[in-house]
Amino acid sequence: MKQRRATSISAAICLVAALAASDAVLHHVDQIRPQATLEDALYVSSPKVLRRASLGYDGLLADIYWTRAVQYFGRKHHDGSSNYNLLAPLLDLTTQLDPHLVVAYEFGANFLAPAPPNGAGQPERAIQLITFGIQNNPDEWRLYYNLGFVYYIELKDYRRAGELFERGSRVPNAHPFLKVLAAQMAQHAGEYETARMLWSATYETAQDANIRANAMEHLRALRVDEDVNQLQAAVTRFGHRTGRLPASMQELAAAEGIPGIPVDPNGEAYKLMPDGRIEVRHPDDFTFITRGLRPGYKAPPPRFHTQK
Amino acid sequence: MSARIVHIASNTFREAVRDRVLYNLIAFALLLSGAAILFGQISIDIEKLVVINLGLTSVSIFGVVIAIFIGIGLVSKEIEKRTLYTVLSRPVRRWEFIVGKFFGLAGTLIVNTFFMAIGVFVALFYVAHKFVAADSLILVALYFIILEFLIVCSLALLFSSFSSPLLSAVFTFSLFIIGSFAEDLRGFAAMTQGVTRWLATSAAYLVPNFSAFNVISSISHGQPVAGQLIVSNTLYALLYATMALSGAILIFENRNLK
Repeated sequence: MKQRRATSISAAICLVAALAASDAVLHHVDQIRPQATLEDALYVSSPKVLRRASLGYDGLLADIYWTRAVQYFGRKHHDGSSNYNLLAPLLDLTTQLDPHLVVAYEFGANFLAPAPPNGAGQPERAIQLITFGIQNNPDEWRLYYNLGFVYYIELKDYRRAGELFERGSRVPNAHPFLKVLAAQMAQHAGEYETARMLWSATYETAQDANIRANAMEHLRALRVDEDVNQLQAAVTRFGHRTGRLPASMQELAAAEGIPGIPVDPNGEAYKLMPDGRIEVRHPDDFTFITRGLRPGYKAPPPRFHTQK
Repeated sequence: MSARIVHIASNTFREAVRDRVLYNLIAFALLLSGAAILFGQISIDIEKLVVINLGLTSVSIFGVVIAIFIGIGLVSKEIEKRTLYTVLSRPVRRWEFIVGKFFGLAGTLIVNTFFMAIGVFVALFYVAHKFVAADSLILVALYFIILEFLIVCSLALLFSSFSSPLLSAVFTFSLFIIGSFAEDLRGFAAMTQGVTRWLATSAAYLVPNFSAFNVISSISHGQPVAGQLIVSNTLYALLYATMALSGAILIFENRNLK
């Protein structure tokens, strides 16, 4: 009896030790050949073959492919990559396996359309993706909204964007802001104003915390861009009026009747540079700004302040 | 149903439980709870879809595997252990033995599915924090999965009545795969001509059509299932299972057990 117990204990120790040792060796092997586990590969590229191979369980397979697409995009995005070769095929496979997976069209287009490093820079693939989505889900007003969004933000095609917002507004249970957006497109309203409305709508209607955080980052960036534009215009006016550049932000604010020192959404004062440019104090805090950056500034990979 | 069939069915159920078949519920619970947490963190906005798709797919796959691996041994194991002779020496007809075994296995799978269904609904409540009317469609998908099990059980019994367990497993599993492609088979048959067309169409209608039972993807999006499909699938499953069971009885009645 004692001998059997001793054998059992020895076997248990052996099991744990061998498991730990084999994991350590495997870790070492991974370090020797890191590309083996990190290599991007799309083993099956045909949706028809995948659908057949799924034996009818295509819904689960679509969820897995959607997760792969999210992980692929997230990894590339984090690395600041400009090469998103597998993103569109992964999204195609996902939506062919489950044409009613609306989330894949909505967010997939947001991954595909923006220029690197914020996206894959493939607005035409984003348009193809959502168009396929609309064919299969004609009653989803969000898809018309997303397609119009791509035409407006990425392609600056206000007429087409307006048509899509208008079509979306006619879908049963569509959000009322689509009608307003369609009208704004028709009037060619101010770019910042419309962009703010689009991102506000995304923020208010999205369920996912990351998407809401992304929309919030865009809204913050829009405010910074607009502030910098206005301050830059004030500097120009000051120059025309006095024949020199303002010596400080205080002087500019006093001359232009701006109450206090203008601050960014983080409460940090904008900087007036000696050459008259307006700069943001901490550009890394505003992922998507296009104004107020120091010359040669290279943005870090985007990071979002997740808001529930 | 005669008392003898009920006894054989309840013994089959007890035997399956003793064989630790219901242990698969632990694996299922781990899989589902793990997926509900994992997908919430690594994916976007599909937590509920994953719970429904993964939950129902697992119910179906686990059940089919159990149906095949228990079903193939139901007759051959009794012959091997010589317990069949004890049973048949009593006033039990051979057909009652087959039908009892079928109901016992079907009962095991229904109980298994019932507990898995509870798991699916608990996981669903965990990720969605509430139930909506469309969630009741999951019950339709579960019903279709049970119908699928009835066909697989009857096929496993059919093959088990004349073949070895290994070959029975191969035959049943192959028919399950072929049955999942039944609609494609009919499509291929429609492309042929003459006798080939007749033979291909006959083959396509002879194999079970499992694709009609799979509504998991559509119900995960809250798309309703037509009442007519429920009635037709029920009729089809009952008729096909009856056909396969009749075949099993026919073979078993004429089998020389000496």
